[in-house]
Amino acid sequence: MLSDMNPADVSGDYREYTLDLFGVGPRRVLVTDEEVPYPDGRLIVSRTDTEGIITHVNRSFVEMSGYTEDELIGAPHSILRHPDMPRAAFADLWRTVQAGEIWQGYVKNLRKDGAYYWVKATVIPNVRRGRIVGYTSVRRKPERRKVEECIALYARMVAEEGR
Amino acid sequence: MSYVFTVSPDFSPDYLAGWFVFNTWLQRVSGLRFHLELMDHFPALRQAIEADRIDLIYANPHDAATLVREKGFVALVKPGDGADEAVIAVSADSPFQRIEDLEPGSRIATTGDPDVHLVGMILLEPAGLNRENVTLHRCDSYVLVAKCLFRGESDAGIFLARAFDELSRPVQDRLRVLVRSDIQVIHHYLMAGPRLADWVADLRDALIAMGDDAKTAEILKGLGVSRWEAVDEEEVEFMIDLMDTLSYSPA
Repeated sequence: MLSDMNPADVSGDYREYTLDLFGVGPRRVLVTDEEVPYPDGRLIVSRTDTEGIITHVNRSFVEMSGYTEDELIGAPHSILRHPDMPRAAFADLWRTVQAGEIWQGYVKNLRKDGAYYWVKATVIPNVRRGRIVGYTSVRRKPERRKVEECIALYARMVAEEGR
Repeated sequence: MSYVFTVSPDFSPDYLAGWFVFNTWLQRVSGLRFHLELMDHFPALRQAIEADRIDLIYANPHDAATLVREKGFVALVKPGDGADEAVIAVSADSPFQRIEDLEPGSRIATTGDPDVHLVGMILLEPAGLNRENVTLHRCDSYVLVAKCLFRGESDAGIFLARAFDELSRPVQDRLRVLVRSDIQVIHHYLMAGPRLADWVADLRDALIAMGDDAKTAEILKGLGVSRWEAVDEEEVEFMIDLMDTLSYSPA
């Protein structure tokens, strides 16, 4: 279960969107224009079960997301979904990792306070004794030039999705 | 029966004698015969692993993947001294103030230490640097990486953070850190191969108890290790998954 974002958690002016999250349903998110720089030298690491429910987060994940560890564990990974991300990107991610392959891409993530941060994400299936038991996602600092390319690309994709 | 014990070639030469002392202790406490065979470089180690000649190894994270997933090794313990982290440093008088100041074509001094090199290259990514657009200077030690920077032969150097911190003060004063990784989960592991399967529990117990006794704690000090910590199978699998994500480069 994923609750709507709370205006009390958001600082400054915000816009409101309702996302239709796969396996979750509608979620109201509150978005500001503040970008939080990715911290140098860090990796943001999380693991999910095969349904995308978070089972593990590292310290960097907690700090960058703005949520507490208790709020994150048991939540769907789409708790970070930003409305500027095209649905097609995540459809490609899930199709890739469910086929046992590694997915890599640039992602704009939404924080609890409505701000956002860009990451270069790599998602790998956790294969144990020949079976996928979950997924590990590792995010690192992206090259700014790639982020700028993705801003333009994702805006076109979102427009094509009719949002 | 004699078993072959080796140490990943990235260990500091300062601890060479310490590994021989540790091996003597290990034989006495386990009643097993270990022959400590130190390899000069990584290709020799890889050949020995491929030929199934190794039974016990202090393995770097890069080789841990092969050992666990292809050779049936299990991790006994890890050092309780923090994780393996990397540092990107430049000469103190370098014009580069942050990673993003480096440009494609940069000359990067590095070592044959595979996991440190991998993490170092990840740290260089925000500048748009990758193995295709930098010139790598492979050095035999971290001291030589530092010298490469002093002489202006490289623009930046990749160091194991622990090795950087152990450089002498005058050497460190001539360097400047641009970024230090804070990954927290990449470790070396002491690992046992299939021929030692019946001894895993006993070896692990003896190793963990080393920190409790002043005499054996002194042996650990000779390895640069404060104590051994137990590890479970999933922790190692997790690290291997993480290393795989860092190694991944789409075709």
